[in-house]
Amino acid sequence: MNPARRALLAAAASGCFASCEFRDGAPQPAGALLGTDMALGHALRDGTLPAPTEERRIGAAIVGAGIGGLSAAWQLARQGETDVAVFELEDAAGGNARHGENAVSPYPLGAHYLPLPASEAVSVRELLADLGVLAGDPHAPLPRYDERHLVHAPQERLYKDGLWHDGLLPRAGAGARAIAQIERFDALVAALKARRDGDGRRLFASPSLLAGRHADSDALAATSMDQWMRDNGFDAPLLTWHVDYACRDDFGARPAQVSAWAGLHYFACRDGVAADADPHNVLTWPEGNGHLVRRLVGWLRDRGVPPIRTGAPCIRLATARGGAVLDIYHAAERRSVRYRAARVIWAAPAFALARVWENAPPAFAALARSIDVSPWLTANLTLASLPEDAGPAPLAWDNVLFDSPALGYVVATHQRMRVAPGPTVLTYYWPLADLDPAAGRARLAAAPWQAWAAPILDELARPHPGLRRQLQRLDLWRWPHAMPRPVPGFRAAPVRAALAALDGPLLFAHSDLSGMPLFEEAHWAGVRAARRLLGGAGVSAPTPAARTGGRRPR
Amino acid sequence: MRLALLFSVFVVASCGLAYELIAAALASYVLGDSVTQFSTIIGTYLFAMGVGSWASKFIVRSLAVRFIQIEIAVGLIGGFSAMLLFLAFAYDAGPFRLLLYGLVFVTGALVGLEIPLIMRILKDEVTFKDLVAQVLSVDYLGALAVSILFPLALAPHLGLMRSGLLFGLMNVGVALWAMRVFGSALGRAPYLRAQGVLALLLLAAGIASAERLTALAESAMYADRIIHAESTPYQRIVITRWRDDIRLHLNGNLQFSSRDEYRYHEALVHPALAALPGAQRVLILGGGDGLAAREVLKYRQVASITLVDLDRRMTELFRDNRLLAALNAGALADPRLAIVNRDALAWLEQSDAMFDLVIVDLPDPSNHALGKLYSSAFYRLLGKHVAARGLVVVQATSPFYARRSFWTVVATLEDAGFVTAPYHAYVPSFGEWGYIIAGRAPFVPAPAFPVPTRFLTPATQRLMFDFPADMARIPAEVNRLNNQALTRTFEDEWRRAIR
Ligand SMILES: Cc1cc2nc3c(=O)[nH]c(=O)nc-3n(C[C@H](O)[C@H](O)[C@H](O)COP(=O)(O)OP(=O)(O)OC[C@H]3O[C@@H](n4cnc5c(N)ncnc54)[C@H](O)[C@@H]3O)c2cc1C
Repeated sequence: MNPARRALLAAAASGCFASCEFRDGAPQPAGALLGTDMALGHALRDGTLPAPTEERRIGAAIVGAGIGGLSAAWQLARQGETDVAVFELEDAAGGNARHGENAVSPYPLGAHYLPLPASEAVSVRELLADLGVLAGDPHAPLPRYDERHLVHAPQERLYKDGLWHDGLLPRAGAGARAIAQIERFDALVAALKARRDGDGRRLFASPSLLAGRHADSDALAATSMDQWMRDNGFDAPLLTWHVDYACRDDFGARPAQVSAWAGLHYFACRDGVAADADPHNVLTWPEGNGHLVRRLVGWLRDRGVPPIRTGAPCIRLATARGGAVLDIYHAAERRSVRYRAARVIWAAPAFALARVWENAPPAFAALARSIDVSPWLTANLTLASLPEDAGPAPLAWDNVLFDSPALGYVVATHQRMRVAPGPTVLTYYWPLADLDPAAGRARLAAAPWQAWAAPILDELARPHPGLRRQLQRLDLWRWPHAMPRPVPGFRAAPVRAALAALDGPLLFAHSDLSGMPLFEEAHWAGVRAARRLLGGAGVSAPTPAARTGGRRPR
Repeated sequence: MRLALLFSVFVVASCGLAYELIAAALASYVLGDSVTQFSTIIGTYLFAMGVGSWASKFIVRSLAVRFIQIEIAVGLIGGFSAMLLFLAFAYDAGPFRLLLYGLVFVTGALVGLEIPLIMRILKDEVTFKDLVAQVLSVDYLGALAVSILFPLALAPHLGLMRSGLLFGLMNVGVALWAMRVFGSALGRAPYLRAQGVLALLLLAAGIASAERLTALAESAMYADRIIHAESTPYQRIVITRWRDDIRLHLNGNLQFSSRDEYRYHEALVHPALAALPGAQRVLILGGGDGLAAREVLKYRQVASITLVDLDRRMTELFRDNRLLAALNAGALADPRLAIVNRDALAWLEQSDAMFDLVIVDLPDPSNHALGKLYSSAFYRLLGKHVAARGLVVVQATSPFYARRSFWTVVATLEDAGFVTAPYHAYVPSFGEWGYIIAGRAPFVPAPAFPVPTRFLTPATQRLMFDFPADMARIPAEVNRLNNQALTRTFEDEWRRAIR
């Protein structure tokens, strides 16, 4: 049959084909290039913000309303301390757990899930109970979560070799060698998960500051994940990809740039259980961890904590014996106010503290700068309908791309309690792991929208050739200073001790404390600081008092 | 002879394309999904033409005779294919698709034979260069003519059946004319002329009776068969009628047959409602056909019914179409009933209304989205809308064909804090069907039904709550949003049941 005839027949037979087809060279979708407030950040760095015109006295101050700062406020309020002022640089609370929203759905801009809290993460469970995510007793051996917040099935799938597969480690076609390695890896992880030190603390606890100490874990912390994989003879592409994916998912870096202890922590810390979910289940929401932020902000308001001041960066900090002085720039009023606080909890990154802390110890700035920080980009794609693909695994919450510089995307409407398929928002995660972090930040600052949008659409066209036809908007969110990188040696790095030692007028409550950029880490940093502020004990491990601590009758 | 044959190429090409368009249009007409129908039919047709062209090399002798016979065959098969297909579909011939693709293939193969044969017949008269140029260009011209004529004139004015027959006549006409053109070159072919004339008569008779046949077939199909078909944003609604049997299909799945739906709906509504003499507020989730509402409206004490159905077109159809509204006795226009066209989940999340009885008549959990409507989270949410002594009744697939699925729904309701009373009824169109009454205390059936029923009696009701051994309870997992255990089980069980 000659092609001309075929084309004629096809065209004659179905006018629909011609009009349905969306050829390339199609109009560029709408979208914006957004991100953390770089202008304010730079003004802060350059010291061009106005000097204070007024002075006020306050009880406790918290700088930064990310998970660390909000958790500190939560812990303080839970113990009855509500005289707290929270200052946040950005125009909304949440930090890396911020979310966005449009007519279709709320969606995450950054952090998007929480594994079932591990055995040590008692205060995470208490928080989740306070927020109604955990139903009933947070101290129950098998806690019950509100099913709506557990990731709905199907949880995840992987695009590999032109098809979507169920789960992230499809065994079909993997080959006997890969399967044997995966099984050996799983067995090693299971053993590490159970390992404890002489005091009965797990070596891979979550939060990591509650982990036991042992020569073995010190050795793992000093080497890279990549090295560990090679030392253990793990080289099957499926497994090395999976580990690489895990490192980029948690830390925005490749296994060669991540300590083996951190790389293994991803797998070995997760011992959380639930009455109504299997251990691999995670907690997630349409707006990602922004849901917890929203609920936390509401909880604090209900407890009588004054509203969080947004658009209010701390531009100068001085500590003294009896307290601290903070200059806060109130962007809406275009002026600064000097606050004298009895105590300050710094819940923003260490490098930001080094910029504003006037009378910091001499070595502090260099220590703070020693933390490697990974840059990230996320993209929110608003689609007219759910993406279509060749299957066979159906659309899941987390849709991971094999051998891609990006991780893949999550579907905002997956957790929605709706039946009708409708428009949706996909959040695409792209850790800039292949650039040097400074180069990544430079690119984030300079590259225009198209420079990011084009490769993202190309990458997504692999599994979804028709995606552009459904695309209504593509919004980009830049995270130049997304998260600390747990590089080899990070646990023993001097900056850890320096941050942990902050006590007195200034306490530290950001995930930089442990160097592990995770919800549980930020949360624990906040709780720990709050308990120290209140002069309580129990900051190294949950005490019986803390377990029942301060819950008021409703 | 050259011009004559070129003209016949033109006719042949138009006829070929016409048969293809007719088949594709007809298939989209009755099966829906025109993109699929057009592309599979074009594909089959082109492939068959390829097969025909290839097979032409096996015809080595009496080319002209074979050409004429092929013309006659195409004329007959192609000409009658629309009629055959109509009748087949109208009379519920199961293998409609088989017949469809079979006819398309045979016609395609025959048409594919034609052009090579003509080229070979003409090869001694014209140089190859001109031959290819002339035959192919005329071929395409024919195709073009029909592709324009078909949607503009033929399909709308003549209808598919008569258009088909007309092209059949043209094919046979070409055959008869070719007999004259070739004349003695045909050699001894005694019955050829008779074959041609017979075919001509048959097709002519077809056209003459097409009016009546069309009426017959179309009334079998469109008046009696498909009385309504439309695609809404949510589903494809097809309503068929055969004599007094009206059936609703959603996405190809039978929802009810008017012959026995009273069994399904009486069993759904009365055991629960008869046990709630004080029930005033009733919620129906799904049930846009108004048939459950019809049963509820029999109770005078019911003051209000809220019917939440996603698909506005469904409720409009069953409220405004006379025939359909007669089925539900005008329930959807009843002043006691309020229609809410929203997603049941969204509505339950946002409403704070309370009900004495909630009737859950939702589609089967055949995908993950629908599976959410059978989850413990859904039943917990539902529980917040049920009065202290109120009840919920859930249609829950077949405890016979999908036994584990049925008991999964029971286990899930129990996990959500309900005390359950599972029961079942026999609905001929569906087989043994399952329901579950759920409340806060053990269910006590009413001793009698206070409203007229065709199916239920107190004695039948007693039997319904008893499960014979082959449907008795088996252990089942709770269906949660995070495991979607039901959708998997449901698919497996029904796949096995219908094989
Ligand atoms: C793209 C992305 C995806 C992620 N996904 C996950 C995930 O799925 N799960 C997970 O557990 N973790 C995830 N993370 C890690 C995330 O960083 C942590 O979970 C957690 O949110 C960190 O909280 P934090 O309070 O330590 O820090 P941050 O979120 O960085 O909070 C610090 C806050 O301080 C503010 N601030 C900074 N300087 C000043 C100043 N001078 N004055 C006042 N305020 C200031 C900042 O604006 C910010 O709001 C992700 C991170 C990113 C970037």
